[in-house]
Parts: sequence; structure tokens; C-alpha cells
Amino acid sequence: MKHVALIHRLSGIALALFLPLHFWALGQGLEMDAFLRWTEQPLVKLAEWGLVVLLAAHLGGGLRVLAIELLDWHEWQKSLAAVAAALMLAAGLAFALAL
Amino acid sequence: MKVSVWRGGADGSLQSFEVPRYASQTVLDVVTHIQRKLDPTLAYRYACRVGMCGSCAMTVNGVPRWTCRAHVDKVVQKNELTIRPLRNLPIIRDLVADMRTFFDKWERAGGHFEGTTTKAEDFARIAPDSAERKAIDAGTECIGCGVCYAACDVVSWNPDYLGPAALNRAWTLAVDSRDANPLQRLRAVAGDAGCHACHTHMSCTERCPKHISPTASIAGLKRAVAKAAMEGKL
Amino acid sequence: MLAVCVIVHLATIVYAVRGGLTAAEIFARTRGSVAWLAFYSVFVLTVAVHAPIGLRPVMTEWLGWRGRTRDTFLFAFAALLAWMGMRAILVLFV
Repeated sequence: MKHVALIHRLSGIALALFLPLHFWALGQGLEMDAFLRWTEQPLVKLAEWGLVVLLAAHLGGGLRVLAIELLDWHEWQKSLAAVAAALMLAAGLAFALAL
Repeated sequence: MKVSVWRGGADGSLQSFEVPRYASQTVLDVVTHIQRKLDPTLAYRYACRVGMCGSCAMTVNGVPRWTCRAHVDKVVQKNELTIRPLRNLPIIRDLVADMRTFFDKWERAGGHFEGTTTKAEDFARIAPDSAERKAIDAGTECIGCGVCYAACDVVSWNPDYLGPAALNRAWTLAVDSRDANPLQRLRAVAGDAGCHACHTHMSCTERCPKHISPTASIAGLKRAVAKAAMEGKL
Repeated sequence: MLAVCVIVHLATIVYAVRGGLTAAEIFARTRGSVAWLAFYSVFVLTVAVHAPIGLRPVMTEWLGWRGRTRDTFLFAFAALLAWMGMRAILVLFV
């Protein structure tokens, strides 16, 4: 279970660091095309996929924490780690296919 | 088998011994063999040796356990054992950890019962199957062995954190309808060193030899503290 | 609430990214849409609050940063995210 929590923390850090860049890129307006062309590079595509996976992982971990803290205690809550992982994979897959 | 044992204080080191393996041998048997047959200067704690008192808790191959309940066959790795004192506590000597901070935090979390009635009044009537009593029963068997405290990452990252055992006890008292001052209890476990510092790694629940779930108790405290805070009571 | 926002955002992006992306395409979808403007405004502001709260224990436990300077930094980070996010929203949706 602590590995789920650690992934949750590390993905959160990565996302927090990424966000300013994300907002900056979006704020470029019509000059965005130049930026978008840069993003066509395979390494960038890989990084984008990584970010989607990190977001899904963070969401999964967050839902686990919310379930444990807000709902009454049940044994199945321990399986939430598996649920979080599944969510992450699903999102990563969907995004990869969409590319 | 080769057994590496921590010697000295915080600046000590591991010392190796060759110890014979037997069937149904526990790690406590191993440590006792070393102290009686190989090196009488080895310092370690035990009392009941049958899994009741929690005194023999140590770190075995990286995991905090009751050594009297740790069968060598189950914990040995490549025919080797590494035994250290409990993590997150100062070392007195060798395998003996200083439990004072553990119990200080127990007190700081409000770890003792305070009622409102006297001997002159009648008994409190609490139904054993009430929600309150079930919650208390789930956490009340703690004997303060320190295994959860040693297992907890947040304790190792944040020296002020009260820790799973203290918070578990605080919860069992906070839900007790006989308690004199529930708000004071919640205040004691709110704040940066309190229940909200728990990140649900659940190492405590995983390692507790009494199968208590401090995570569940701390989740209860989080709900209670948040509720009280939102009602302006804190 | 953030969970809902994230799910909507992820689904939207996965859908929109299909077959590639240009600025014109993005703008065609976003400009003048009050519904998306509202949605993303809520998203940006909740993220601007959530990210610093999440970073706070990381700073205490892994960087050893405590006290008022840490919290001041976090407020500044929140303000930065809110400002940059809303600016991007103005560019995209207005």
C-alpha cells in the first residue's frame, strides 16, 4: 500500500512542476502552432503520454485516499490500490490509442 | 546460518555470528543463543517469549516484528538474518531501543481515559454491539509494542508526528461516550503533528502483530477533526 | 470535485487529440464557449488550491522546509498557477 502512496506523491510532484509549463503553452495563443509542431516529436509524445499516465495515477491514488478517509472502514478498501492501478493503465492505454 | 546483529549505539555497526538452525526456531531463540553461548555482552529485551507482551520487537531483515513470533524459516533470506533495534527510536545499546518518545507522544495525543462519574454513581451502560463499542474494540487491544511506530514512514520523515499507536489510542478514547472532554482530545490530535499527517501508507496496519488497523482509527480521527473544525468547535 | 474535473478533462483531451492537433483546431472548439469557459475556470482554480496543499507535506517531510516561509512560498505558487491558468483560459475561451 505504501507504494501506491508513493506513486501518488511522486506523480503529484511531477504534475505540480509541469503545470506552469502547461499553462504557459496554452497561453501562447495563435503562436501555439509553432509549439504544437515541436510537440510532434516522438520524445515529446512519449512525455505527453507519461503525463496522462501520471495524472491518472494521481487520480487513482487520490480516490483511494478519499475512500479510506470519508467512507466507513471496510476490508475492501485495502484493494483500492488495485483499483488505482487499473485506472492508471486504462487512461494510459486510451491516450496511447488516441495518439 | 549467518546472523548479523547491531552492536553499539547510533554510531555502532553490525557484527556477524554463526548460529545453528533448528526446526521451529524463532528469531528470539537466535538472539538468546548468541547472548548465552557466543557473546554475553549483547543487550536485548524480551519477557513473555510467547507473543503476549510485545517486549521483543526488533527489526528483522528490514521488517519490524515480534522476534518471539518470527519463525526463522519464514523470515530468513538466503540463509541470513540481519537484526537491528526498532527503527524511528533512539538506540540505547545493541538491540534495545529507547521507547520514551513513543510514550511521550502517547501522552501528548491524550492517551489516558478521563471520565465524568465517580464511584458513587451507577455503571455506564454501553451495549457491546453498539457502533461506539465496536469501534473501540477494534483498536483497544494495543499493548504499546512500537512495531507500528517503527514501520511508519511519516514518523521517520516528521519527528513531531504523533504516530499510529498514539493516534489509535486517541481514537478509541475519542469515540467513548463516557469521555469527559472529547473536544480537547480532538484538539490534541489536530495540527501538523496529528492525524492529518498520516498519508495512508498503511504500513502500521500491515505490521501490527495484534491485527489492529491504526489507519482505520486515524481515518476516524480525520473525519472527527474535520467535522469539528467545520463546525467551528476547534 | 477535482476528481470529476480530472475525469472530464482526461476524457475530453483523449477525444480531442485523436488524429493530431493544431492551434486552429483547438480554437475552433474553444472560442466563445461559455460552458467550457466555466468548466475550465473551476478546474484551474481548484487545481491552484489543490497543488500547493499537496506539496506542503512533501516540503515538510522531504525538504525539511517548515514555518511561515514555506507557507508564503506555497501561497505564491498558488497565485502563480491561478494567474497563468486564468490567462491561458482568457486566450483560449474569450
